Amino acid sequence: MADLITMDDLTNEEIIELLDIAQRLLPVAKGDVYAPLLQGKVLGNLFFENSTRTRMSFETAMKRLGGEVLNLSSIGSSVAKGETLYDTMQMVNGYSDIAVIRHPRQGAAQYSADAVEIPILNAGDGAGNHPTQTMLDLFTIREAHGDLEGLNVMLVGDLRFGRTTHSLSHALVRFGATLTLVSPKSLQMPAEIVSDLRANGKDITETEDMSAGINSADVIYMTRIQKERFPDDDEYAKVAGIYKLTASDLGEAKGSMIVMHPLPRVNELCASVDSTKHAKYFEQAFNGVPTRMALLCRSLGIKVPKKVT
Amino acid sequence: MRRVTAICNGTAIDHIPSGHALQLLKMLRLDVGRSNPISLVMNVPSGKMGRKDVLKIEDRELNQEELDRLALIAPKASVAIIRNYAVAEKRRIDLGEELVNIARCSFSNCITQNPNEPLPHKLRVISADPLEIRCAYCNREQDIDEIADYIL
Repeated sequence: MADLITMDDLTNEEIIELLDIAQRLLPVAKGDVYAPLLQGKVLGNLFFENSTRTRMSFETAMKRLGGEVLNLSSIGSSVAKGETLYDTMQMVNGYSDIAVIRHPRQGAAQYSADAVEIPILNAGDGAGNHPTQTMLDLFTIREAHGDLEGLNVMLVGDLRFGRTTHSLSHALVRFGATLTLVSPKSLQMPAEIVSDLRANGKDITETEDMSAGINSADVIYMTRIQKERFPDDDEYAKVAGIYKLTASDLGEAKGSMIVMHPLPRVNELCASVDSTKHAKYFEQAFNGVPTRMALLCRSLGIKVPKKVT
Repeated sequence: MRRVTAICNGTAIDHIPSGHALQLLKMLRLDVGRSNPISLVMNVPSGKMGRKDVLKIEDRELNQEELDRLALIAPKASVAIIRNYAVAEKRRIDLGEELVNIARCSFSNCITQNPNEPLPHKLRVISADPLEIRCAYCNREQDIDEIADYIL
C-alpha cells in the first residue's frame, strides 16, 4: 500500500505527476466541481498534536471527494489512558481505509505504517518530517515559478525542529535548488540532514544573516520558532523574535520572488508583507486541499481522470 | 611475545579495533555476573591493523545473533570457534542491512522510547564503511561509540 512517510517515498517523476493531479483537482478543491472519487472511503485523521491547517485541509480534501472522516485526538480517547500507538493503530486499521497521523514522537508515522495494512500519510512526526506540507509547498512554488528546477531558496527560522523545512529541503535539492539555511546557531538544521542535502545537492549555505540573501532569492520560506519544542522557556527566549521580515526588507527583491510560511506565524512575518505581490502564504495554505486530495487518491489507488467534471 | 594462551574450548575474537574489547564484553553481556574465564589483551601490535584487541571466551560458543551485535563495533573482527585447542569453525561477522532487536534507538524522542510499544527495535545499516546506522523509525543517526549502552 502507498504510505507517505518522507519525501524519499516519492520519485521526482511521481512528485511532478502528483502536482499535475492536484492541478486537475483544483476546481474540486474550490468547490466548483463535485467529484466523488472517494465515495465510500473513510479517512482516520489522527492528530496527537495541535493542528489547524493540516487537519482541516485533509478533512476538506476527503469530504470534497465524497469520502468520510473520523477524527481522533489524544484528548477524549484511550490515548489519554496510556494506550500504545500500536494498539490505537489496530483500531484505526479496522475503522478506516486510510489514516493521516500527526504525533509528537519522531518515527511515529513509520511505526504506524509498520503496524497496520492501511496506507499511512505522515502529517508530522515530532521534529521529523512533514511530506504532505512539502507537496503543497512545491505546488505553490511551481504555480509561481512555472517550474521547480534550479531555484534559489532561503529557509529561515527554526531549522532544527522545523519539520516542514526538513522535508522541503530534501525535495528541493532533488530538483537542483540552491539552498541558504538561515537560523540562529542553536536552531541550525540537524547535521545529518545537512550532510544528506550536500550529498544530493548543489549549493548549501548556512548563515545567521537573513538580509544578505533576500535580493537574490526566488523563494523566502519563513518559519516560526517553535516554543513548544524547547525544553525550557529560557532557551526559547534567547532566540524568540530573532528574525522579522517586513515589506521594507523586500524593496530590492526580485519581482518574481515569493514569500512562503507554513503558518501559524507569530512575529517573524509582519503583516506589512501580506499586501505585497510576494506574499503567497495564504494561497499556500489553501493549496493543501488539492495536493492532499491528490495524495489521498494515490494512496487509495484511485485514478484521477484527465478532465475532472 | 605471546600475551594470551590458547584456550581449550570457546570463542576467540581477533582483530578487534584497538581499545574496544571492553565495549564488546558489555555488548555480549559478559562484563558482569558470568563465570566463563575470559582472556583479554588490548592495544597489542597487529600487522593488519597497527594495533588491536583480542578476546578469548572459554566454554562459550557465540551464536550468530551475538556475533551480529559485535559487527556494530568490530565489523572486521575474526571469530574462531575453538574445540579441543583447535579451530573447529571460523565464523563470519555480517552486519547485514538491518539490526532487529539488537540495540534500541538512542534518540530520546523516538517513538520506540515507550517500552510498552511492541514492534521490534530496528536499526538500518546505511553504510558499512564508514559505519553509519540509523533508526528505521525516526531515522536518527546512532553514535557508534555509545551503541553498547543501548544493547537490548
